[in-house]
Amino acid sequence: MNSIEKLMRKFEPDHDGKWAKFHPVWDGFFTILFTPGETTQKGAHIRDGVDLKRTMMMVIIALIPCLLFGIYNTGHWHYIATGETTAYMDMFGAKVGYGLMKVLPLVIVSYGVGLGVEFIFAIKNQHSIQEGFLVSGMLIPLIVPADVPLWMLAIAVIFAVVIGKEVFGGTGMNIINVALTARAFLFFGYPTKMSGNDVWMSGISDVAKRPDGYTGATPLGDLASFASDEWVYESVDKFSDKWSLMDSIFGFIPGSVGETSMIAIGIGALILLGTGIASWRIMLSFVIGGLAMGYLFNATAVNPFMELNPIHQIALGGFAFGAVFMITDPVTAAQTNTGKYIYGFLAGFFAILVRVFNPAFPEGVMMAILFFNILAPLIDHYVVQANIKRRLKRLKTKTA
Amino acid sequence: MDLINIFIKGVFIENMIFAYFLGMCSYLAVSKTVKTAVGLGFAVIFVLGVTIPVNWLLENYILKDGALAWLGAEYAQYDLSFLSFIMFIAVIASIVQLVEMIVEKYAPALYGALGIFLPLIAVNCAILGGALFMQDRQYSTIGEATVFGIGSGVGWLLAIVAIAAIREKIRYSNVPGPLKGLGITFIITGLMGIAFMSFSGIDL
Repeated sequence: MNSIEKLMRKFEPDHDGKWAKFHPVWDGFFTILFTPGETTQKGAHIRDGVDLKRTMMMVIIALIPCLLFGIYNTGHWHYIATGETTAYMDMFGAKVGYGLMKVLPLVIVSYGVGLGVEFIFAIKNQHSIQEGFLVSGMLIPLIVPADVPLWMLAIAVIFAVVIGKEVFGGTGMNIINVALTARAFLFFGYPTKMSGNDVWMSGISDVAKRPDGYTGATPLGDLASFASDEWVYESVDKFSDKWSLMDSIFGFIPGSVGETSMIAIGIGALILLGTGIASWRIMLSFVIGGLAMGYLFNATAVNPFMELNPIHQIALGGFAFGAVFMITDPVTAAQTNTGKYIYGFLAGFFAILVRVFNPAFPEGVMMAILFFNILAPLIDHYVVQANIKRRLKRLKTKTA
Repeated sequence: MDLINIFIKGVFIENMIFAYFLGMCSYLAVSKTVKTAVGLGFAVIFVLGVTIPVNWLLENYILKDGALAWLGAEYAQYDLSFLSFIMFIAVIASIVQLVEMIVEKYAPALYGALGIFLPLIAVNCAILGGALFMQDRQYSTIGEATVFGIGSGVGWLLAIVAIAAIREKIRYSNVPGPLKGLGITFIITGLMGIAFMSFSGIDL
């Protein structure tokens, strides 16, 4: 450790030297490995080894299972689409190799571009590098299809970091989730690469070349067909035979890179909840909201999409990933405890609602979360106002 | 069921602010605090909810091609629709005057906070826009027109209240100098528009 520190110290730019401008860049890398030596001198503060960077690192660790499974799953669906295999564990090496080839560039571009923008802003404003992008940079590759062109990803990342975050003053000030901004930008800017039936199986864009039974649609894409006149399956039972609940739990379904496996997401959820980084209130109420909408649809079903078992419903698409990593973003979520329940519940409710009612966006969970990001300050405002009113009343009864 | 659909459409899918960007001037100017935003929002709901049915009556019994047939067969050939703009504006302006007097009498604090913007509702594009959408979409009953007006108003209220809460939240954010104030508000509006696009395409 000492030798690493010495090596890094050697490159520290002098504060008034030629490279002084680049001190924030050096500082950014240095604090990934070492906590800064400065401590607060005055006032009440908690002594703890955890700082923002350590928190971010914990989220990235929680994302690693999703990333690893996403790499495998990308390869898995590529080889199924080429018709070379259908078994789950067949050709393990080849699948991982193909997945790495597809997913690693996404991660590298996302981090490279995003951190580049952060560095430019840090150097220009002469503040230290803000850690916020560490997590966003990992989330973005996990919520796009593996085949999205890298230049589109780069533009989306620039848009998200500059318009979604830097114009508000940087990390901790943004009102909507940066990763979701990038996804929404891609979604509305380049819909042909982000939705539809041809983007989910990596490397094979020609549907005709695929073996029978694999149109390239995600399970949700198939479900959305129930809203139109051309049903892919005769009934929801036939659908469940094809895409079983077990498939969703293990994650062997086509979809965005990291969002498919309940098990991988579950590991991440345990890490986040165990370390207290994510709010269990939001996570729980989001899931309850989704289930509530699912059961409501069951009760009033007018098409087979609504008849789907609510447990299966929330196991599909981005719902679980959104519940663990997106809706719990501490910056954009509601801040008050009561507000968190309301926020999570409504977001889960609307996530399933948008998915079922809007045939254009079967993968609408992320959009619903984005929608509630903008309503979170309003929910907080009314929770705080209600609290003020209640306490004023108590004060009045006491003095009266 | 039709009425509920029209209402939901007005609030979410064809939101006055985020789908058509109508009524932006008061939306940007009065959204600094939630309290005044709520006041103006309810004023807009009231004005839309009253003017659109009145304008619907005008449209269907006076202005539309052949609408004067109820006066007698010889009037059926008249088409007064060239008058619709000025008639709609006149109705809106007079009703806004009424609202202003009521607010001044019963909520002087709100009247003070809204200031110049209450009379400005008279020329708010959302109000005239609502009347013209009503004409364009040809709602068949006065009930539908009223629900459309109230729904659009609720959508406008939701938009202005949401942005007011955001603006209260970012008051202490370190927004770059040139973007402070209106600049960042426009950016937030755009981002909110993206979020509202999750409803676009829902076919009720």
